[in-house]
Amino acid sequence: MDNDERKKRLWAYGLLAFFALVSIGTYSYNEYYIYLSVYLWFGLIYGMCLQYGRFCFSSAFRDLFAVGVPRMVVGIMIATALFALVGALVSVTGMSTFHAAPTSAHATIAGFIFGVGMVFAGGCASGSLYKTGEGNGNALMVILSISVTQALFADMAGWTNKLVPQSWHDSAVEKGLPAVINAGDGWLDQYLAGYVWDQPVMTYASLMGMQNDSIAGAFVSNFLVGVILPAVVLLIVVYIFWSRKSFINKRKKLGKTGMTFRDDLNGYWTMIMASKRTAIAGLILGVACGLQMLVTQGLRVKFGVRNAGTLLERMGYDFGLSVNGTVFDPGYWYVTTQEAQWVGWVFNKMGADNMDNIYFGFVNGIPNPAINPADWMSLALIGGAAIMALLHNEFKFKKPTLELAIWAIIGGALMGIGSRLGLGCNIGAFFVRVSQGDVSGWLFGLGMIGGAYIGVKVFNWWTERKMAKEFEACGI
Amino acid sequence: MAMKFEKKSEGVYMLDVRGYVCPHPQIYTKKALNKLNSGDILEVIFDNPSSGESIASMCDNEGNDITDKQREAGDFIWDIKKT
Repeated sequence: MDNDERKKRLWAYGLLAFFALVSIGTYSYNEYYIYLSVYLWFGLIYGMCLQYGRFCFSSAFRDLFAVGVPRMVVGIMIATALFALVGALVSVTGMSTFHAAPTSAHATIAGFIFGVGMVFAGGCASGSLYKTGEGNGNALMVILSISVTQALFADMAGWTNKLVPQSWHDSAVEKGLPAVINAGDGWLDQYLAGYVWDQPVMTYASLMGMQNDSIAGAFVSNFLVGVILPAVVLLIVVYIFWSRKSFINKRKKLGKTGMTFRDDLNGYWTMIMASKRTAIAGLILGVACGLQMLVTQGLRVKFGVRNAGTLLERMGYDFGLSVNGTVFDPGYWYVTTQEAQWVGWVFNKMGADNMDNIYFGFVNGIPNPAINPADWMSLALIGGAAIMALLHNEFKFKKPTLELAIWAIIGGALMGIGSRLGLGCNIGAFFVRVSQGDVSGWLFGLGMIGGAYIGVKVFNWWTERKMAKEFEACGI
Repeated sequence: MAMKFEKKSEGVYMLDVRGYVCPHPQIYTKKALNKLNSGDILEVIFDNPSSGESIASMCDNEGNDITDKQREAGDFIWDIKKT
């Protein structure tokens, strides 16, 4: 081990010690901080897993379409299945923190916009966080773009009101939200209260006439029908179109010809186990995601609260709470809302009046990022990825080039808009919802796949032009 | 740093995609390999760790051999032989 590697290892241990000190120090100050520390340590685990497994949701379908690599689709399906299994166990104990979202075509449209954005940006919302932990300045640009776009989009009013259908406006006003929110003003407010909230909320369990917390509802409907069945079918499609041919070619090299059903099963399993790093990361992520819900709900019961806003108020922090006294506190892995919140908080401190909308003012608030539970999770995620990258000598500061910065800003902006339209990103709107049997999860996923396909088409055109010049210069 | 593709010697080419994030390194690698002849060597230099997983899987799927893997201060230098 050379000096540089030794230094990086010391930095990794230093970071770990820092997070431990934050947890111990804040807990000593007030026991309620343990609630924020749960977010912190799960965030750290997510960051370490994502970096170890190079676990980026955007690469799942992008790399499949662009270079024919199925490893990430497999990794995501493993993580989803494991999260779904642990989530089903948590559901039947009545300790789930999950709430299904409204289901309609909006999820697919949002997923499509998000999908194009994540290909342009070079990483999804969670992927950009972990790559920032690797020292990647481009990923940091993506995070900034997602954050700023969301904060602006959430409070957008003025001329955009003219784009709102009258039926949305009427429906939003009829909801009777507090006057301070002014639900009839602002594009996103009228979209949410006037359209999205009017859509049905469905899980596979409810569609089959069962309760989400019943054994049959959780394990048969939400887990088997909602996750395992579609995941197996999706991977069969991926195997047939992207992996089977190479499996046959490898068999031919070994002098084996002809394919039986048994051989195909073998090929299917080989595809699943092709990237052990990704599979292991998926497995740990899936289990950790389920456990986070259980631990968070346990603390809510212990402290007698339903939302972290109450804890913040008890600790004397009342700035940035919503009119309901709540802050964003999903109780599970989430990425984009806390990104919007910290920029929202900055804008507010700079004089913006941005609490008169549903997103910040009625639901999530804009607490100081230093005491925002979900921000603790995202910062620790970056830290966890940095620790893993430092330990494996993969940490490197990289400044974004102009070309990549432009892609990052455009892609980040599209992801920001897609997130707010779909009420979440690749984690909140896809991974978590699919895992918990929410019908809207796969709808967002379908849009994301379509968006990734279009994004790859654009990238192919862009890179083809650049490579053609290089080939010409080389005379080939 | 801009992407660079150079001919180093007969049948040996270099693709430098340092500074690029996903999916650039893997897409450029695929396009370069498609252009080369069977038996040619492509030396790929990149510094985006996740691209390594994709490039390795891509080579495995397409039957190209990664004949050498080097690490230099956060950079990955891989030799790929087109079959």
